This record gives sequence, structure tokens and C-alpha cells, in this order.
Amino acid sequence: MLEILKQPWPWYIAGPLIGLTVPTLLLLGNKSFGISSSLRHICAACVPAKIPFFQYNWRKEMWNLFFVAGILLGGIVGAGILGNPNAIVVSPALMEELVDYGITNYNNLIPEDIMNWQSLFTVKGFFLMAVGGFLVGFGTRYAGGCTSGHAIMGLSNRQWPSLVATICFMIGGFIMANLILPYILLL
Amino acid sequence: MGYKKIDLESKAYQNVKYLIVGILFGVIFVKSEVISWFRIQEMFRLQSFHMYGIIGSAVLVGMISVWLIKRLKIKTIDGEPIRISPKKFNKGQIYGGLIFGFGWAITGACPGPLFAQIGTGATVVTVTLLSAIAGTWFYGYLRERLPH
Repeated sequence: MLEILKQPWPWYIAGPLIGLTVPTLLLLGNKSFGISSSLRHICAACVPAKIPFFQYNWRKEMWNLFFVAGILLGGIVGAGILGNPNAIVVSPALMEELVDYGITNYNNLIPEDIMNWQSLFTVKGFFLMAVGGFLVGFGTRYAGGCTSGHAIMGLSNRQWPSLVATICFMIGGFIMANLILPYILLL
Repeated sequence: MGYKKIDLESKAYQNVKYLIVGILFGVIFVKSEVISWFRIQEMFRLQSFHMYGIIGSAVLVGMISVWLIKRLKIKTIDGEPIRISPKKFNKGQIYGGLIFGFGWAITGACPGPLFAQIGTGATVVTVTLLSAIAGTWFYGYLRERLPH
């Protein structure tokens, strides 16, 4: 059993389980699934700086911080006890392309060749981690949600603004991955 | 005094259930490789069905669940009627959506996977997470001046 669980899980197992998070959170306490709000609560708790957007009772939203803390712990379990001992399998077309950017290490879910503490102090690494992260935080809050809040929760509740947001996430991703990221990876 | 303590304890209990759901969710994230930078690159290059299958089936299951909850007027475990606040449209969903899309393709992660990636031992992702928090803060700072 443990051996099976250690293998990567197929989409038709993982997808429905992720979808079940929506009713689980609703039934447990009327919580709408969403993760990027946790970043706002962290700002409100740590650096509100008299900004109106961060003036609210974040303690009432504490559940969300417990939820993301759980996700971090889940990461430890998923990579520890349930860790996949094999190199991760990636589409051959992608592997071929990534060789050109010096990415050949498939031991981890993140590309260790370009995302590590040393590369953080290079232009490329700074872009991939610091600038990329900044865009994730700025964009999700500007859009009022991320993949979980809009794409999964919003679409589950058939909210058309969430469909607009999801389409824009995808357009942005397609533009970046195909037209801009290749130049960043060549830096 | 005594009452206050009981109240605090019940609150901690209230939140522990979300911690547990988070742990299960994080495990699914790792084992399905949703948190993999490589999987996100495949998705945006149309090189694999994996991520489309995951998001598509998650939305389908979520949609059926919400429909059933509304249809059968299912209540929470504490007996409250279930309420989901509607999403209001503003232009932020377009501008912010595109900006997040850029960041998603660069980092290979949305906010949830950032937490899970750190858990897998990729400690450098704490920098990405702190940057995301800074980005969120900067949005709050600029908010009044941005088109919505």
C-alpha cells in the first residue's frame, strides 16, 4: 500500500480529491476555499502600516493561516514518508527544451539547477524567485483570488468573474512561459 | 476567567480541523505533482494533460458538491446554513489575473504550492513566499491608485 502511495498520483485521483476540499471546508465551518487571502492576513497581522486594505480583524480569518500551515506540513509528509524515490517524469519535449537552459536535474519538484540559494544572487535566480513571487502576490490580490479561490471555488459556485480571472491567469501564463520565460532562462 | 479559557480552547479546536484538512491537501499537492515547476511548464506549453485533468476534475467535483449543498440545503456540522459570498466583477480580475499568470509561469507555483514546496525541503522558496507577501502588501499600498 505504502509503495503505491509513494508513486505520483494520477490526475483522476488527485483532481477529485482537490475538488472535495470545497465541500469539506463549507461543511466544517462555512469557509470558502481560498489560499491567497492568507498572504493578506499575514500582511494585516505583521505589517499593516495603517493601510486601509489591511485594517480588519485578521484573527477572525485565523482558520486560513491554520490551513496554509497544514499545507506546509503536508509538504513535509508528502516528500518524507510518502516521498517518491524515483526521478520525476517530465514530458520529453520539455526535457529537450530545458537542456538548453542548463536544467538537467529531475530529483526534485522544483528545478534545483536554477532555484537554489546560490542562484538567488544571480539576475536569473532573482527573477525566478523574488520577482516571480512578487508578481504572484501582487497579481492574486489584485485579481481577488488565485487558482483555488477563483479557478476552483469561484468556478464551482459558477461565478462568471472567476471565469474571467481564470482565463486571464491562463493567458498570462501562456505569454510568460512561451514568449518571455525562455529569455529569462537564458540569462 | 474560566469561561475565557474554555472559549480559547474551543477556538483552537475549531482551527485544528483546518490544519488537518491543510495537511491532507498538502499531501495531495505533492503526490500529484501540482506543486512541480515542471508540471506548470508542461501545462503552459501544452505538453501534458496532467494539470488540465486535475483542475478540470477538481472544478467538476466542486461544482457538483456546491450544487448538491444548495439543492439539498445541507448545513454545516454546527447546523449553520451554508453561505458562499458571490464574486463581484472588477477590472482587477483582468489586470491582476494576467500579472498572476506571469508569476505563476515564472515560479511554477500559485500561493498554495509555495507553502507545500517549502515543506518538501526547498527552503529557498521561502524567498518566493516572502516576495509574494511583499507583492500583496504593495497591492494594498497602491490599491486606491490602481484601476478596478
